[in-house]
Amino acid sequence: MPFIPHTEEDIGDMLAAIGVPDVESLFDEIPKELLIRDLDGIPDALSEMEISRLMRARAAKDSGLSCFIGAGAYEHHIPAVVWDIATRGEFYSAYTPYQAEASQGTLQTIYEYQSMIASLTGLDASNASLYDGASALAEAALMAVRANRGTKSRRVLLAAGVNDTYRKVAAAIAGSQGLTFERMGLDSTTGASDPGALSDAEDPPVAVVIQQPGFFGTLESVHELTDLAHSQGALVIAVVNPTSLAILAAPGRWGKQGADIACGEGQPLGVPLSSGGPYFGFMACRNALLRQMPGRIVGRTTDLDGNPGFTLTLQAREQHIRRSKATSNICTNQGLMVTAATIYLSLLGQEGLARVALTSCRRTAELVELLCSIEGIDRLFEGPHFHECALRLDRPTGPVLEALAERGILGGIDLSGTHPELGDALLVCATETKTKADLEAYRDALRDIMS
Amino acid sequence: MHEPLIFEKSRHGRRAYAQAPADRAECDIPAEFLRDEPPMLPEASELQVVRHFTRLSQQNFSIDTHFYPLGSCTMKYNPRACNTLAMLPGFVNRHPLGPERYGQGFLACMHELQEMLKAVTGMKAVSLTPMAGAQGELTGVAMIRAYHVARGEPHRLEVIVPDAAHGTNPATATMCGCVVRELPTGRDGDIDLDALRRAVGANTAGIMLTNPSTLGVFERNITEVAAIVHGAGGLLYYDGANLNAILGKVRPGDMEFDVIHMNLHKTFSTPHGGGGPGSGAVGVGARLMPFLPIPIVGKREGEPEYFWLTEEHMPQSIGRLSGFMGNAGVLLRAYVYMRMLGRDGMRRIAEFATLNANYLMARLEQAGFELGFPGRRASHEFIVTLKRQSRTLNVTAMDVAKALLDHGFHAPTTYFPLLVPECLLIEPTETETREMMDRFADAMIAILHEAETDIQRLKGAPYTLPVRRLDDVKAARNLDLAWKRS
Repeated sequence: MPFIPHTEEDIGDMLAAIGVPDVESLFDEIPKELLIRDLDGIPDALSEMEISRLMRARAAKDSGLSCFIGAGAYEHHIPAVVWDIATRGEFYSAYTPYQAEASQGTLQTIYEYQSMIASLTGLDASNASLYDGASALAEAALMAVRANRGTKSRRVLLAAGVNDTYRKVAAAIAGSQGLTFERMGLDSTTGASDPGALSDAEDPPVAVVIQQPGFFGTLESVHELTDLAHSQGALVIAVVNPTSLAILAAPGRWGKQGADIACGEGQPLGVPLSSGGPYFGFMACRNALLRQMPGRIVGRTTDLDGNPGFTLTLQAREQHIRRSKATSNICTNQGLMVTAATIYLSLLGQEGLARVALTSCRRTAELVELLCSIEGIDRLFEGPHFHECALRLDRPTGPVLEALAERGILGGIDLSGTHPELGDALLVCATETKTKADLEAYRDALRDIMS
Repeated sequence: MHEPLIFEKSRHGRRAYAQAPADRAECDIPAEFLRDEPPMLPEASELQVVRHFTRLSQQNFSIDTHFYPLGSCTMKYNPRACNTLAMLPGFVNRHPLGPERYGQGFLACMHELQEMLKAVTGMKAVSLTPMAGAQGELTGVAMIRAYHVARGEPHRLEVIVPDAAHGTNPATATMCGCVVRELPTGRDGDIDLDALRRAVGANTAGIMLTNPSTLGVFERNITEVAAIVHGAGGLLYYDGANLNAILGKVRPGDMEFDVIHMNLHKTFSTPHGGGGPGSGAVGVGARLMPFLPIPIVGKREGEPEYFWLTEEHMPQSIGRLSGFMGNAGVLLRAYVYMRMLGRDGMRRIAEFATLNANYLMARLEQAGFELGFPGRRASHEFIVTLKRQSRTLNVTAMDVAKALLDHGFHAPTTYFPLLVPECLLIEPTETETREMMDRFADAMIAILHEAETDIQRLKGAPYTLPVRRLDDVKAARNLDLAWKRS
């Protein structure tokens, strides 16, 4: 039996010590009619050799394409050190650090992570992670409602660039507590928000959510929007790309007062694309909102001998203490991904991360120039972009993408299904992982398809 | 020994040169969008980073290094093959929004995982998207609410929760806009049926139960509980945290549960990772099938064979809970684990988890420890209470937990469930040897002896770890949550 160490002798001795004749007796408190004879629908066991062969064949089926898709998950170079160390047994198979003295490795790693996120976002304090960027937005909205004592509103206003899947997730998670989510209009020239819905508000929202860069890669006027939101009595939630924070304005410095909460998807920081997860959501806030922040938080303190050490703190916010009055029901978070991100950020440092950001921005600009040299392809929006760009095609996007895939290129995502108002549109992304040759190969394939 | 922070080891201008582009590219983002100062991140060499995090890892207890009998957490061996195979390049490099045609290998694994989870739980349909047990609970309660609303009964807002329940249960009910009604547990560990009959009514949305319960014993009246709640128009939610105790012996679907969440990071051995990532896959009976969260993997006769079921296929779904499809890498690990166990292996999990728990319980009872529920069988875990010793010797569950660390064992769960004073909730799991449990029992005996002969020394434990006992009060009062350059 895989992973079970008992010998026949062990079993015999143990049953004798318990005082029962057989293992079945240990289940005698379970109503007989509930006990099943056999498990249907489960295949026979495979040895490690057999399952390895099966998985290698399946993984091979999914390999070998050059990826120009972004839309919330980004391909970056991940140093070999990151997963070599993150999958050490002492990190991989450790549990939540409830016994702090036996978990200083995990706790110090999280403290260092919190420090890095606080600095990247320009805010006072970070938590130890949430599940992902989308659910982090849901939690941030709920937090804003708790924290914003100045209004009874449960209306949350989203800038035009907020990822629509994030909106759906926020509605699914926070809708049952009465929160509603509306959007500002999109300026079709710049691809940024038209703040009209915010300035005209008769019923100001409890919070305004600003995504930077926006879903289409365009950049919002974050300072103006932040000030406008604050003047309406709304809290500001920033949804940000952590790589971009190496060079873009930190949410804590947006406008005159800074954003109140920053959150987003941490995947770009050393976590592979891995078919969509596990990723991690990060969240940081100003000190005034700290006690409303969900999730675990690590603090530095001292031990009996006066030496420094780390422990989970402010646990009175959490489910295991406050139960039905907790800030959130979250328990398990994304600890291993946080470990990886902390190692990644330690290797890159601010200069390395800035280079990744700048190179990605540059590669996308180069790709867009190459692709727009093809007849029938244009940019949708003017104005500055980070590392993604929306393009307009003179024909349906779907078949073009299929033809590209057949040539080994995942050209981007088809926006025409989710954003029909944009027409035949495509969202492309090129990171530092793409060489000039990769970009030219894309151009050549597309030119071929379009002619 | 305290390891300095990575910031304290940094020196300006240092970094891991091999890991970032060689040049600082130009980009034309105008100044008003840019940062005014760079972020404060470490500046260290690659070797410094390797050494730092390797040394930090060595300060952790983990399943790979220590017996870890944390009740309710199921700290069983995390097979290495699960990690290696889940991280094969084809899986790990695949973008979640890539075309289905080029993801058939991954989707086949997900579909088969859905089918296997249905089979072991006896449920009709499964969604893999919830990213942890708590998100699975949110899903379950949200689906129950959606069911009642769809039937024109939106006033059903009361969720019944036993007082022994894990904190996520009442926290979840509140998050879903429901009201919690707490139910007392009887002295022998079963739910008080009379109290339940009084608690149900026209406003009942449902009941959240764990079986075996958080007290480590099987809810013997489960059939009656189901009848009472269903009879009042409510639904049954199963918290699958303790599934390890009954996997392959009992199916929650047969116990009339309408929805169950599973903790794949417990029962199906995906790594705990220092606090996640987990997975809270949910299974449902017929009543709740339309409400499952999306996306779900479907299978068809056409091409491509495996595809995603989304909003258009499931118009009554409670929606999406994650940006993509949940913790895919965790799900792949659970898939590999289930394939390696197979039918016979899965039947044996509950048998050996229960054998180990009952053996350890017998040894500790024979050594004079007081059980939380003497006279009941242990499920996969059991409770020891130190309430007598706390009066006579002034030794607490906390003291014993800290002393166990010095003996080279991670402590059991302490002070949960709240019902039993000075309790230790002990779950050995099926992957531990008999000798390991004997050593643990011997350590407990030694600790009790120390409590009798040198209580002051005992109360100062641990002595052999990187830090002594930490000042929690100071941590909350003088908040230091992020390093700042001084």
